Amino acid sequence: MNAADAFRAFQKHREKAIVIVSGTSGRHWRGVSTNEKRDAALGGAMGHTTSACLGLALGLPGEKVCLFDSEGALQMNLGILTTIAGKQPKNFFHFLMDNECYATTGGQPVPNAQNVDYAGLAKSAGYAAAYHFDNLEDFSTNVGQILKQQGPVFISMKVKPEVENEPIGRRQRVAARSRAEVIHDLRQEIGIKVG
Amino acid sequence: MVQQAALLSPEALVAEFKKNGVTHIITIPDSETNYLYELMRVQPWLDVIPASREGETMAIAMGLSIAGKTPVCLIQNTGMMESGDSIRGMGLDSGLPLVLVVGYRGWTRHGITPDSAARYTEPFLQAFGLKYYLVEHDGDADRISLAFQDARATNRPVVVLVGDEYHGFNR
Repeated sequence: MNAADAFRAFQKHREKAIVIVSGTSGRHWRGVSTNEKRDAALGGAMGHTTSACLGLALGLPGEKVCLFDSEGALQMNLGILTTIAGKQPKNFFHFLMDNECYATTGGQPVPNAQNVDYAGLAKSAGYAAAYHFDNLEDFSTNVGQILKQQGPVFISMKVKPEVENEPIGRRQRVAARSRAEVIHDLRQEIGIKVG
Repeated sequence: MVQQAALLSPEALVAEFKKNGVTHIITIPDSETNYLYELMRVQPWLDVIPASREGETMAIAMGLSIAGKTPVCLIQNTGMMESGDSIRGMGLDSGLPLVLVVGYRGWTRHGITPDSAARYTEPFLQAFGLKYYLVEHDGDADRISLAFQDARATNRPVVVLVGDEYHGFNR
């Protein structure tokens, strides 16, 4: 499925969820989201956006936290599946956009790209539920019901790779909020006062 | 043989955590802190989050800090060195205060350190520009509060090295 279409299907059921995206597929979310102040960019260290989202979910048990992870990032820190399962955050929804490659570095395959059952890994690690979708129709039909479940829920999706070959320094940059702005906006939106 | 005058008790560390409003400990237990783990688990005001790799701890801490909580990462120096990218991207670049309590494996007081984990620990911290305090016994415990003060004043990670030369927390 196409990542942008998957985001549009999710958006219909988002309500007030906090949304975090990663990877090349994740950049489509910006054009779909209707609530930027509840979008949090938490990247910055290889494979650890997932860990940051766990911290956010544990710190905000009254808020639904939805992460759109990528399989390359998850493979860098597969142990996080057991860390998440160990804490059982009921408000955490872990989507995985699996394009089977490192799209941002030219499309090289991730290890064992076509044969990894990520939903199976998550379920075995101890997630409350895990799903796999390889087409948009099934995902669109089910995503609303899945978001009503008790987490942690893992939702794996096969998406088409959008490979970038341009050297990073020559790629077009889209202006984005700084980390400080993201934190400020999210805290303000949720009503968190610090210090 | 010269013995340390006093020992660092787990109770002193936990008391410092409470005094500084710590809400979460994100940890991978190590040989220097295993007794501490048991004590933390029974504190009703403290949520212990076992991690699977040390680099996770700084990222989980960042998420908790954004949510207004006060986390501490409790790891060993070996794991800290494994976590360089996370210390950079999730710790230093986040602009949030964070205290890391790091078991100083291999620490000795006489200057001869056969364990390379100890030899590289302070150069590692200096390379990242991280301020650190050495805590060896209960008399040093107030340095933990200084670390919290520094972290809050600078919005940066500050490290507490637990250099417990003779016995660790093994009892």
